[in-house]
Amino acid sequence: MNRSQPLVLGIESSCDETGVGIVRGTTLLTNTVSSSMDEHVRFGGVIPEIASRAHLDAFVPTLEQALTDASVTLDEVDAIAVTSGPGLAGALMVGVCAAKALAVATGKPLYAINHLVAHVGVGLLDGQDNGGGSRQNGAAPRLPENLGALLVSGGHTEILKINSITDDVVLLGSTIDDAAGEAYDKVARILGLGYPGGPAIDKVARTGNPKSIRFPRGLSQPKYMGTAEEPGRHRYDWSFSGLKTAVARCVEQFEARSEDIPVADIAAAFQEAVVDVISSKAVLACREHGIKDVLLGGGVAANSRLRELTSQRCASAGIRLHVPPLNLCTDNGAMVAALGAQLVMAGVEPSGIRFAPDSSLPVTSVSLPA
Amino acid sequence: MLILAVDTSAVASAALVSDDVPEGVLASFSTEDTRSHAEVLAPGIQEMLASAEITGEDIDALVVGVGPGPFTGLRSGIATARTLAFVWGKPLHGMVSLDAVALEVAESTAAVPEFLVVTDARRKEVYWARYTLEDGRLPHLEDGPHVSFAADLPDLPAFGAGAGLYADSLDCHPEFAQEQPDALYLGQFALARLAAGNGLLDSTPLYLRESDAQVPGPRKRAL
Ligand SMILES: [Zn+2]
Repeated sequence: MNRSQPLVLGIESSCDETGVGIVRGTTLLTNTVSSSMDEHVRFGGVIPEIASRAHLDAFVPTLEQALTDASVTLDEVDAIAVTSGPGLAGALMVGVCAAKALAVATGKPLYAINHLVAHVGVGLLDGQDNGGGSRQNGAAPRLPENLGALLVSGGHTEILKINSITDDVVLLGSTIDDAAGEAYDKVARILGLGYPGGPAIDKVARTGNPKSIRFPRGLSQPKYMGTAEEPGRHRYDWSFSGLKTAVARCVEQFEARSEDIPVADIAAAFQEAVVDVISSKAVLACREHGIKDVLLGGGVAANSRLRELTSQRCASAGIRLHVPPLNLCTDNGAMVAALGAQLVMAGVEPSGIRFAPDSSLPVTSVSLPA
Repeated sequence: MLILAVDTSAVASAALVSDDVPEGVLASFSTEDTRSHAEVLAPGIQEMLASAEITGEDIDALVVGVGPGPFTGLRSGIATARTLAFVWGKPLHGMVSLDAVALEVAESTAAVPEFLVVTDARRKEVYWARYTLEDGRLPHLEDGPHVSFAADLPDLPAFGAGAGLYADSLDCHPEFAQEQPDALYLGQFALARLAAGNGLLDSTPLYLRESDAQVPGPRKRAL
């Protein structure tokens, strides 16, 4: 296997995007994605069974397209990487089975990869804002020391500390109920704004007054926060289910009084609550763990207010915020390939073909052992 | 003609079948387990190919059971077969998974002119199909596959693990009370059909049920 500039094909199917990406070392050759998002619109959220059916039908065409776009053949590929978790169990299963079949048919080594860590892996691709990493004498770009990652999407909300992207990642905090993107979808439905909720709320919120209503910031009371010396149980964790309920109550109150619902104000106030608590807790976690560079990942990275407030707060705390291009923030195969290439270059052994997908794979498992 | 057959509609199984060898079977494997297909299928196929000293180039076509069967398991076989067929550049055919049990019945001493093949559809339902059998012919799918409650099936001898599960309401043949669709029979059935000049299905899964998803109704107004 070519371990210095490996050609790696990455497969992603943990949610509603079927992704196949191909990288050579740290060079992105293609990022081919087929999304089933349109099929979920009428349900107002991702339906796992519909996503799984779509993955099955999209996989081979997406693979074929990726190979064409990158002008490579499967023969040339050095290794295959696949998301083995966390994610929707039935959706993961399709990508994992396809990846294993690919490994059997080609005889290439297979790496089972952690989806969350892969979101950070895109920071290592050339030509991106690579998390402040440096490149010396043509060597592969390196991630900065003291790197953190803030991942916000419809499926997850996490703050990670990356000591080594190939074998030492720590979860500092995460949502204990809904993901932030899920909260956006639910609130968008309450406000009649359609799916996906993130862009819809972001747009309407621009015309509203975020201070008109104050919605709760979950898990920010002292009993959950504690102090830096004696941290509470949920110091860096989030909760969005109470916020969603508060929005529903607020709407009901307007209705009960037969008043017009101030949709833009509610959207703005909701968004402010989400973005405020995400950015404040993320920055707190970074400060208290010596993190100097933070990479933003996940689909909610597209949210204008999240980017604005997080970069303000990072800047005043002396932390650099890095935001990859949006098509690399949302779920994709390129991030899986990018992390796969890092594992190959670091000499990590492949996972083989006996592993099981794990819908709740912890971030401490960057790749599965054989 | 050498066929790699795969079925994961109930258990995970795969087989290499050929009409050029006396027994018709070069190698096969199947598991008991109905829930670990993603782990066992690819290693099983890899070992089977290695033990038979067969590579993708030697295979003329692939056949996959397209169900009906529990969705996640069913998809693991179809995803596997589609990917293998794509990489090897070989044709892929689909077969109703229940056909495997039908052929097994036809080749047994329990064969009767008309019968049901029944498998477990979970949620207290079964997948089933009605077959007829003429002397010296392949079983013929007359009706189905369907998904129903066992109590609502036609009153005919019933074969397969679904019949065993609901033996109180079905005329279950005891020797077939645990029988699951097996790629071995599916592959042989496919060979026989192709030899007779009959077409096969494509690899579209027979889900028979929609996803459980409900389109949310309008939110209730507070008043
Ligand atoms: Zn993601």
